[in-house]
Amino acid sequence: MLSNEIIQQKLTDKFGDVLTDWHVPYGMLTFTAPNELNLKVLQFLFDDADLKFNFLTDLQAVHYPDNKGAELAVVYHLHNWVDNIRIRFKVFADINQPDVFSATALYQSANFMERETYDFFGVNFVGHPNLIRILNVDEMDYFPLRKEFPLEDQTRIDKDDEMFGRG
Amino acid sequence: MSDHILLPEGSIEKQTTTLNLGPTHPATHGVFQNILELDGERIMKATSTVGYIHRAFEKIAERRPLYQITPLTDRLNYCSSPINNMGWHLTCEKLLNVSTPKRVDYLRVIIMELARISDHLICNSIVGVDSGAYSGFLYVMQFRELIYEIYEEVCGSRLTTNIGRIGGFERNFTNAAFEKLEKFLDEKTGYPAQLREFENLFTRNRIFMDRTIGCGPITAERAMNYGFTGPNLRAAGVDYDVRVHSPYSSYQDFDFTVPVGTTGDCYDRFLVRNQEMWQSLSILKQAYKKVQEFKGAEADIYHADVPAYYLPEKKDVYTKMEALIYHFKIVMGETEMPVGEVYNSVEGANGELGYYLISDGGRTPYRLHFRRPCFIYYQAYPELIKDGMLSDAVITMSSLNLIAGELDA
Repeated sequence: MLSNEIIQQKLTDKFGDVLTDWHVPYGMLTFTAPNELNLKVLQFLFDDADLKFNFLTDLQAVHYPDNKGAELAVVYHLHNWVDNIRIRFKVFADINQPDVFSATALYQSANFMERETYDFFGVNFVGHPNLIRILNVDEMDYFPLRKEFPLEDQTRIDKDDEMFGRG
Repeated sequence: MSDHILLPEGSIEKQTTTLNLGPTHPATHGVFQNILELDGERIMKATSTVGYIHRAFEKIAERRPLYQITPLTDRLNYCSSPINNMGWHLTCEKLLNVSTPKRVDYLRVIIMELARISDHLICNSIVGVDSGAYSGFLYVMQFRELIYEIYEEVCGSRLTTNIGRIGGFERNFTNAAFEKLEKFLDEKTGYPAQLREFENLFTRNRIFMDRTIGCGPITAERAMNYGFTGPNLRAAGVDYDVRVHSPYSSYQDFDFTVPVGTTGDCYDRFLVRNQEMWQSLSILKQAYKKVQEFKGAEADIYHADVPAYYLPEKKDVYTKMEALIYHFKIVMGETEMPVGEVYNSVEGANGELGYYLISDGGRTPYRLHFRRPCFIYYQAYPELIKDGMLSDAVITMSSLNLIAGELDA
């Protein structure tokens, strides 16, 4: 039976110390891979006879503005249906040059998901066949899910009297 | 279609027509645009455009406390919004390490299976409408109405339900809700009889079979590669069901089978959905029986004990200090979440509906992503309809159960 420890062992045997930040939040094995290795990791997880991670559940990005030089994280969720085990891994990219290799050659399903990620975060998926906006209008010239576009804070902590009509 | 006459390459008569199917076309049941390249009536190429009703839910959710995100999830797949609501509550409960009492789990199963039936019956009867058989649609519609009445008894609304809370339900199920459920499950006058009649109309109907068999097929490998989940994947022959693979809300206590098809065409998708409705009916009966077994004080349990997240009853707010404090804190969104990242998925009516929630310890999610099954499998649509007839494209779209709200988030 495949377990998180075996997966971690196999990945470490194959890639060595470049895979970092191993932890298991809420039971799902999570690690960080170097940006340029994302396809190699995906391919290895896909091809390996024991790992068999051949379903891409989800792909999206997160913006960490304080993480200088690696602001954008692209998160992959993979699922092995045979042993019913899920893993998650992240690659980080510099927001000034957010290049990440596209997984579309391996997974057709990555096509729309990468377009969505590009649309909202501006991650440039190198090798994507049709990297254009998908949900937002084509004329948009910014990436709306980045943290520099704040919404009005509904859970504000600065409750001064003005907000209660007494100011 | 193999018997279609192809003009020889380089023929001067050879020309294709460009046709806009959508964005607002009566046959697409939603806002979908497909630019079709037609050779006569045969589709050579299709280009899909999505995003017409994008409402920026993921961005809005970054400024909302957990309980205010539930109404956003309603508006994803609005044909089965209770499943989305429950999936969201389960995600929050996973993040907060809340475990729910068995009775709550069973009540949730009842609501989720009702939602699954209401979604599948719409999808299947719309396939009927698009193939020219309108009456089946009217037959089952009265039972969707009955399902909506049950929602109404439980939460007060019908389409965008906002049903349940973190930890359970906002109130116990009333007797009227259970009576309506009994009426729904009645073998002679309820939904089983109606579903049987619906199947009599369609399943072995020669015209319907000719119309749907071999229409929009997909192999299991392609379906997996395209990220299919739910009935569409099972119609292609893969028995992946989140309810079985990673049971949530005590689904492991129920006895049901996962129907699978073989060819992944419209007809198989139709059959799989019909069979799933029978399985849902069986789960509903089991769940109702289990709920009835709770007696006395146990029969009054409808939520877990999580005062910091579960909105207290109004009469307690007026009389108890603690309840007043929690009421205020919850309504003002002043409860902090634990730090963590969690992915949780439920078997939505059209596939694996996932929630990826990252919390940095604040009062709102740092990032929330919805894995919307529609959005992911819709990209296979151009491949499914290629080389088919224009009218097959319409039928394929309705049998995929595309819901614009879920597609565009």
